[in-house]
Amino acid sequence: MNKIVSKEFFSENVAKLVVEAPLIARARRAGHFVIVRCGEKGERIPLTIADADPAAGTITLVVQGVGESTRKINALNPGEFLTDVVGPLGQATRIERYGTVLCCGGGVGVAPLLPIIRAMKEAGNRVVSVLAGRSKDLIILEDEVRASSDDVIIMTDDGSYGKQGLVTVGVEDVIKREKVDKVVTIGPAIMMKFVSLLTKKYEIPTEASLNAIMVDGTGMCGACRVTVGGKTRFVCVEGPEFDAHEIDFDELLMRLKG
Amino acid sequence: MNDNNNDRNAAWREELRKSMTARERNAIERVEMPQLDPAYRITCNEEVNQGISAEQARREAQRCLDCPNPQCVTGCPVGIDIPGFVKNIERGEFGKAAATIKRTSSLPAVCGRVCPQEKQCESRCIRLKMKQPAVAIGYLERFAADWQLVHGAEEAAPEIVSNGIKVAVIGSGPSGLSFAGDMARRGFDVTVYEALHEIGGVLKYGIPEFRLPNSIVDHEIDGLRKMGVKFVKNVLVGRTLTYEDIHAEGFKGVFVGSGAGFPRFMNIAGENLNGVLSSNEYLTRINLMSAGRGGDTPAPIAKTIAVIGGGNTAMDSTRTALRMGAERVILVYRRSEDEMPARREEIGHAREEGVEFMTLHNPIEYLGDEKGHVRAMRVQRMELGEPDASGRRSPVPVEGAIEEIPVDLVIVAVGVQPNQLVPRSIEGLEVSRRNTIVVNEETMQSSVEDLYAGGDIVRGGATVILAMGDGRRAAENMAKQLLDKN
Repeated sequence: MNKIVSKEFFSENVAKLVVEAPLIARARRAGHFVIVRCGEKGERIPLTIADADPAAGTITLVVQGVGESTRKINALNPGEFLTDVVGPLGQATRIERYGTVLCCGGGVGVAPLLPIIRAMKEAGNRVVSVLAGRSKDLIILEDEVRASSDDVIIMTDDGSYGKQGLVTVGVEDVIKREKVDKVVTIGPAIMMKFVSLLTKKYEIPTEASLNAIMVDGTGMCGACRVTVGGKTRFVCVEGPEFDAHEIDFDELLMRLKG
Repeated sequence: MNDNNNDRNAAWREELRKSMTARERNAIERVEMPQLDPAYRITCNEEVNQGISAEQARREAQRCLDCPNPQCVTGCPVGIDIPGFVKNIERGEFGKAAATIKRTSSLPAVCGRVCPQEKQCESRCIRLKMKQPAVAIGYLERFAADWQLVHGAEEAAPEIVSNGIKVAVIGSGPSGLSFAGDMARRGFDVTVYEALHEIGGVLKYGIPEFRLPNSIVDHEIDGLRKMGVKFVKNVLVGRTLTYEDIHAEGFKGVFVGSGAGFPRFMNIAGENLNGVLSSNEYLTRINLMSAGRGGDTPAPIAKTIAVIGGGNTAMDSTRTALRMGAERVILVYRRSEDEMPARREEIGHAREEGVEFMTLHNPIEYLGDEKGHVRAMRVQRMELGEPDASGRRSPVPVEGAIEEIPVDLVIVAVGVQPNQLVPRSIEGLEVSRRNTIVVNEETMQSSVEDLYAGGDIVRGGATVILAMGDGRRAAENMAKQLLDKN
C-alpha cells in the first residue's frame, strides 16, 4: 500500500501524483518506470517516473486517464492508497556527455523526459528541449523543463501556444540551426515514429522510450515484445529505451491497438 | 497404538503389518480419484480431482506392504518418510501422517496435487514389480495434507527456538517456500521477498485453480507465517533493493529462487501479431489477475484457440481456454503423444474435456487480418525420426505437408528460460550460458559464498517438487555454514 501525498491536475485527464515509495525513490534513475495497481482486482499498469525525492521518500507519477484503470488511479485523493507499486523497472537511460542533446517530448511523454533532461544537463550537455501537445493546456511541466534546458521550443497542433505545427517541425528547425549529437524522444508511438524517420535522415543517434502493453513488467509475460533490428525484445526488461532507427514502429502501433 | 514413534520396528507398525495377510493386501484394488464430470467442470473453475475419503485412504494404505527397504522414499526429491505416513493413515492417525510429511516437505497439500508421483515415488513401488498398480502415494499425501487443513487448528505449531540469524529469500515460489520453511524450523529469522503482488510464484500465476486452488497455497503460506516467516511483496531484488542493501540490513545468507519466468517463443513469422501470446501471459492474466472473472485486466477471449507445446503448461492453457468459453481448442505438438512431457493424468483430463490433439504438427507461420490480429496458422506435418539428445525420437518435417487452420488466438507454451534480472544484479555470481545460476549440485551454494540458489533459476525449467528439493538441500547446507561460523 502506497499513500498518495499530493495530487494536482495538469488538465482534465492528466494528473500529477506524489506517492510514498521510499525504496523506489532511493533506487530509481532517469528512464526507469514502475508498475502500479489500484484495487484488489486492479490491473498492473506501467507508469514512468517523472521525479523522485529520496529524502521525503516519494516518487512523482504523471498519469493520463485513458482507460478504466488509469482513471481509477486519477480518482484517488491525497491520503488514499495505491494497492501496489513495484519498481524501479527497466533499464536506466545512458547518460553521457554527448555534446548537444535534443530532448523531444509529446503529451504526457514530457513527464518521463524531465529526469532525462536533468541528467543530461548535469552531465554537461547542451540541452535543447522540444515540447509538443495538441493545445496549450496539454503542454506540461514547462517550468521544470526550462530550468534544466538551454533552450525550449514549444509546438502545438492548434497554435494556441508556442509555434503551430507538429513536433517534427520544431525538431527539424533545431537540427538545421545547430549540430545535434543525440536525440531522445518520448511520446505517443506515432510521434516517435516520425521523429525517428526525421533524425534518421540526418543520421543523428536517437533513443525512443516505448510504452508497451505489460502485465507483470519483469520479463515474465512477453506482452511487451517489440521488434528492434529484426529481433524480438522485451520492453520491460531490455527497454524501455531502444535505438529508434531500429524499432519496428508499425508493429508497435499495431500491437498497441490490439 | 498412539505413540509417536514412526520407526518401522515400533510396536504399532509391527502389529499393523501382522493385522492383514499379504494376500488380503494384494486383493485390494488401487483407489480411483473421484473427479468432477468433464461436461460440468469446463463450465466452472472448481478443482477437478475431488480427493479420496478417509475410508478409501485407509483401504489404499493397506495396499502398502511396509517394505523393509522402501524404494519409494528414494524416488522422492525431498525424501518424505512415505511408509511412515502411509502406515499412520492405515491406523487412522491422520494428523500424525500429516506431521510425518511436514517434517521434510513444507507444502504437502501442493505436492499431493501437482507432483508427478508416477515418475517419482510411485515408479519405485514394489507393487509394480508384482505387476500391480503402485500404491497411490500421491492421493494419500493429498488426503493427509487436506485432513490437516481442516483439522489442523487443534494442533499446536511446532516449537521453534530462534537463533537470531537473518536470512533472505528471493522469490516466493516452491523452492523459496521450501527453503523458508526448513530454515524457520531450524530457528532462523527468514524474510521472503517477492516481486509480484501475490505470494506463491508459479503456484499462483501459473498452475490454474482447477488443478491447485489458491486457498490451498494460501493455507500453506499461512503455515509458514505461523512459523515466523516474513513475506514482503512488491520488492524486486536487484532493483528495489540491491544485494548490498540486503547485507546492510543484516542478512547473513541469501537464497535465490527467482524462477524461470522468461517465456520462449519460436521466432517464426507472425509471432508478434495480436492474439499470439505466451502461456505465461495467458495464465498470468487469468490466474493471477482474475481476467474474465471480475478482474480489471482484459482477458484474451476467443472461439478457436491453438495451444503450442506438449508440457503441463500447455495442458493447463488448453483447459483454461475451454473454461474461458472457447468453442474449439487445438493442442499442436511436434512429436507424438508418447513424447509429451506433460503428466499422463493432465493429458487424459485435457482429452476428456474436449481438447483436440494435433500431434506431429508444428506451426511455421501465423497469418494476420488487416488489423494485425492472428486469423490462421500454417502447420507443418512431422514424422518421427532418430532419437535426439533428449532420447526422444526427433520430429522431421514431411515435405509439402503444410496445412492452414483458422484460429483467433494462439498460446505459445514451448518452455521458459531463466529470468536474468536477479542473477545479473549480483556481482561475482557465476551464470551459465543458459543464464542459469551455477551452483554446487550437492550444496546448492553459488560462486558467491553466502548465496545459495535452487529451482528453475538453477535448472532452467523443472517441476515444483524438484525446486522444493533444491530449497531443502540449500537450507540444510546454508544452516550448517552459518551455524559453524557462530
